[in-house]
Amino acid sequence: MVIPLADMKTDQMGIVVELRGGDGMVTRLTSMGLRPGVQVVKKSGQPLRGPVTVKYGATELALGHGIARRILVEAKE
Amino acid sequence: MKRLLLVGNPNVGKSVVFSRLTGARVIASNYPGTTVEYTKGKLKLGDEPMEVVDVPGTYTLEPTSKAEEVATEMLAEGDVIVNVLDATNLERNLNLTLELLDTGKPLLVVLNMCDEAGHKGIELDFDKLEKQLGVPVVGTCALSGEGISALIARLPEARPGGPPQDPATRWARVGHIVEAVQRITHRHHTFTERLADLSLKPVTGLPLALLIAVVCFAIIRLIGEGLIHYLLDPLFHTLWLPLVTYLSAALGPGTFWHELLIGNLINGEINFQQSMGLLTTALYIPLAQVYPYVLGFYLVLSALEDVGYLPRLGVLLDTFMHRLGLHGLSVIPTILGLGCNVPGILSTRILESKQQRLMTATLISICVPCAAQSAVVIGLLGKHGAAGLLPVFGTLALLWLVLALIFRSFLPEEAPEIFVEIPRYRLPYPRALAQKVWLRARQFLAEAIPFVVLGVIVVNLLNTLHVIDSLQSLVGPILMRVLGLPSGAITALLVGFLRKDVAVGMLAPLGLSLKQIIIACVMLTTYFPCAASFVVLFREFGGRNMLKAAALMLAVSLTVGTILNLVL
Repeated sequence: MVIPLADMKTDQMGIVVELRGGDGMVTRLTSMGLRPGVQVVKKSGQPLRGPVTVKYGATELALGHGIARRILVEAKE
Repeated sequence: MKRLLLVGNPNVGKSVVFSRLTGARVIASNYPGTTVEYTKGKLKLGDEPMEVVDVPGTYTLEPTSKAEEVATEMLAEGDVIVNVLDATNLERNLNLTLELLDTGKPLLVVLNMCDEAGHKGIELDFDKLEKQLGVPVVGTCALSGEGISALIARLPEARPGGPPQDPATRWARVGHIVEAVQRITHRHHTFTERLADLSLKPVTGLPLALLIAVVCFAIIRLIGEGLIHYLLDPLFHTLWLPLVTYLSAALGPGTFWHELLIGNLINGEINFQQSMGLLTTALYIPLAQVYPYVLGFYLVLSALEDVGYLPRLGVLLDTFMHRLGLHGLSVIPTILGLGCNVPGILSTRILESKQQRLMTATLISICVPCAAQSAVVIGLLGKHGAAGLLPVFGTLALLWLVLALIFRSFLPEEAPEIFVEIPRYRLPYPRALAQKVWLRARQFLAEAIPFVVLGVIVVNLLNTLHVIDSLQSLVGPILMRVLGLPSGAITALLVGFLRKDVAVGMLAPLGLSLKQIIIACVMLTTYFPCAASFVVLFREFGGRNMLKAAALMLAVSLTVGTILNLVL
């Protein structure tokens, strides 16, 4: 099931399938290693559409809710 | 002179490598963006001196932020590039390495934090990596100094890699390299990783943040009060007092040198808090009243930084901060400002948008009391307990909130969304931590003492020239009517331009009521930044913005003072 990163449950795993955003955002995420094909785990989400933290490889990243909406993942159960 | 650039992802330890190479002491912390401005130093390689530049961290040479732009521009001017990598996160770090290889500059690769990689069960084949990349590879643990001599020895071998390759295949090549050189033997969740997860989940994170704040405050008080009561006060009173009393008698009260060095005698005796002489108050306030708290504050702050807690706090508070038009990471400069506003304002550079930086810096210079100031306020009002301290610090906190909301309604752009790497939790290295606290404490003394001395001289000068008398009769009535302060407070307000702690100390002999002290303390914090913060505001944001901020401060502090006078 493909869903935005923001909608994943805490500790759920998934594979990034698409980055939907401007060039700047895509370049930035890609340079930090978050790109299609990478396996991610959502580590936390703050209430009231607050930031989301996501872990991939040895990197943990905090992203605003809006950015996390534009990262699409194939979520695993 | 040849120029060597230290380039790498944020928070991989470039500043620590820099310190090791040049012997220069710089502040290094466990979060991305500690180095906001490039730092330069010198390294002697054989007979040839080399300039070493600590470039702010970047993930890519296609700049996506101001800091990365600076880094990319610096690159053009480098002769040799030392690419520092986090050995525990090889894959992500190698992307930049491949970009650097494509520039054709002579390159040497340093795998830092090798000890940590070992703990995590990550094995790296250096020889293979060297063959894959075509440039020398050295492993280091910069915090302990391991591998630095090997790095220096191999510097002359730095060389360009092969011809540029297709950027589209870069991540695929990174994958191949990692597969060839890295072997992960065991992998289990560590205690710090569990703690890391807990400190970001809202249900556990917020109580934890509160607990950390309470513990930090208790430690600062314990260190500050302990040093004052058991070490510095006894030292000043049993050793220094007899000496200056002797000097006072020898000079004779009323003479010029007595006024300058000893100051006024209070009830026929020297009073370290009130005499206002260079050898009495000018020494006592910074050393015995302020320094212990500064030391305590920086120990706690530096520990929090090195552990890697601050960005997590930024994430936890991000939603709240956005409601105020600020960014979660604004908490880092604000907390630094509680030590000294100068580094606080400087570190607003970790924020991306100019508006965010200006807003955070203005809020710091108006509402955030530095450690020196807080120490004196606590000294003055501590005996009244919460009844004295709460109105001062509570008003400042409330003012910070209200001002942020006002700014938000005026300013055009929304705060950008948070986008930051969360560092791993690390146990601080005791030696590195001690050095950092010492470096900051020394910076404090170096900045404080000249201004304190200048402040005392100015007070004496103004007194001798009767400037204060005429000012008092001129402004005094207004001061009394609007703010409820006696005309004597003018001197303190004037000295506050130079140094806030001395200014607050000057309130002691005026015999003010509790209400008057509270008003004066709040006014002194808000009405103007001290001379040093003023200079930084000017340098960072230009004359116009600085003047705007200054006008705002005056207006705000007069308003708040008037309101307090009516309400309390």
